[in-house]
Amino acid sequence: MLLDTAYNIGTPEGVELRLPVAGLAPRSLAWLIDALIKSAALTVLSIFLQFFGNLGDGIYLLIVFVLLWFYNVVFEIFSHGATPGKRSLGLRVMNANGTPVGWSGSLIRNLVRFVDVLPGCYAFGCASVLLSKQFQRLGDLAAGTIVVYAPKTQASGRADSTPAVPLKTPMTLDEQQAIVSFGERASLLNEERAEELASILTPVLEGADRARLLGHANWLIGERSGS
Amino acid sequence: MRQEAFESRHADTWATFERWIAVLAAPRSRRGPDDDPLALISKNFPAMYRKICHHLALARTRRYSIGLQQRLNQLALDGHQHLYRTRTPFFTAIGNFLVRDFPGTFRKQWRFMLASTLMFYLPAVGMALAVVAQPEVIYSLLDPVDVSQMEEMYDPANDIIGRERGSDSDIQMFGFYIYNNISIGFRTFAGGLLFGLGSLFFLVFNGLFFGAITAHLAVAGFTGTFSSFVIGHSSFELTAITIFGGVGLMLGYGALAPGRKTRWQAIRSRARDGLPLIYGGTLMLVAAAFVEAFWSSTAWPPLSFKYAVGSFLWVLHIFYFWLMGRNEP
Repeated sequence: MLLDTAYNIGTPEGVELRLPVAGLAPRSLAWLIDALIKSAALTVLSIFLQFFGNLGDGIYLLIVFVLLWFYNVVFEIFSHGATPGKRSLGLRVMNANGTPVGWSGSLIRNLVRFVDVLPGCYAFGCASVLLSKQFQRLGDLAAGTIVVYAPKTQASGRADSTPAVPLKTPMTLDEQQAIVSFGERASLLNEERAEELASILTPVLEGADRARLLGHANWLIGERSGS
Repeated sequence: MRQEAFESRHADTWATFERWIAVLAAPRSRRGPDDDPLALISKNFPAMYRKICHHLALARTRRYSIGLQQRLNQLALDGHQHLYRTRTPFFTAIGNFLVRDFPGTFRKQWRFMLASTLMFYLPAVGMALAVVAQPEVIYSLLDPVDVSQMEEMYDPANDIIGRERGSDSDIQMFGFYIYNNISIGFRTFAGGLLFGLGSLFFLVFNGLFFGAITAHLAVAGFTGTFSSFVIGHSSFELTAITIFGGVGLMLGYGALAPGRKTRWQAIRSRARDGLPLIYGGTLMLVAAAFVEAFWSSTAWPPLSFKYAVGSFLWVLHIFYFWLMGRNEP
């Protein structure tokens, strides 16, 4: 069984798009960042507006209202589904069918936020995120939206110019794919860790080390310059 | 086919598609003269997108590397988002909304609207009668301090009847009304998710309050100052609160009686059905705050004129929700 948080979206074209949904911790952090941004903005504004007396009070309350109810809506619609807090954690909101969230979805999920906050400290919202399959709070469930990690673009294929080394030991597809994945990720690991991972294969592949595995990986994806 | 051959064969296709996605995602100001997104979408985009989907499916069945699969997954996802997003011209949407969708939805959901209207006005009338019969009933609901403040505000013996004030405090009150009243409206709606109980609570509570204050001021003989202040914006404000309550009841009904859907499906479809009412109710509360801050508080017009304007607005509301948008195009 695959133990991850992937959410599959079926498309009319018959392929499934895969997205990792975001859990409670990153979402809470994103909320915290947004809360800090909002309160910083309000603090600066109130310092500025205090020179305008009653007029300033009125404008201040208008801005509090807009920030309270529409901060998320505006960012979700005009900034690819992400508030600054979500963006900094690499999260974004989208409809459960994989289309960008629109006015209706965004408005419902952010108005229902009032119920998520109840009875205090987002208790309902947190419980809902923990209990629902796609980590949705009540607002998400009512609006049919999900919060996912915006996938980072990742270089594919070989990132390394190690010459190909033919793989003589017979291996299953899964095992071959593991070696190819290692080749792709090797540049993200430090050298010691890469060697350590490679040495796991010693019982199967004699003298397996980082360089040799990279060579195998390149051979598996198709390079034949050596042979 | 080996992955590398696959990649080199289709690299051009993917690069082109990536460029298109970048064009579509760019804000209008940063697009080149030839980059018309709609022309792009209508020309080659769907065919290209299906090709990418095909490549993704191939990459998965042939077990190409995770990185390649992720790249294709991302390309297909971006394509999906641009192909299937909905676009409606903004001003057409607003026009349709005002003359058709809002009053039409109101009539379509008349059962919920009626229920929430009753849940607001019945407690109001009941409380009002109770206060008339037994004036001290009001103290079961309000602080004596609040009551005396209220009396002071509408005392006809004041030098200035109503609340005459400078334009800066008009704006101050406008900000307050927007913040306070619309937040109440939104909460009245959202509370409906709790099986309708939240909406019921806000409706009954506000109804009791409204009835108590009206009756108390009437008993005290302040009716003239109070109702001339209230009548101008009451049509917008009271109707909007009952509308928000009604949509909340729709949510609650979806949760309680989902019919042949799952509970969350029922709630979702009820929320979508009620959305025009949320938009409309918000507009009405903005209008109410405007009238309340800049018209209701003025002292120069004679009382009869304020009554006339207020009654006219009530009649306008009745006709709007009764007759508007009955002709389907």
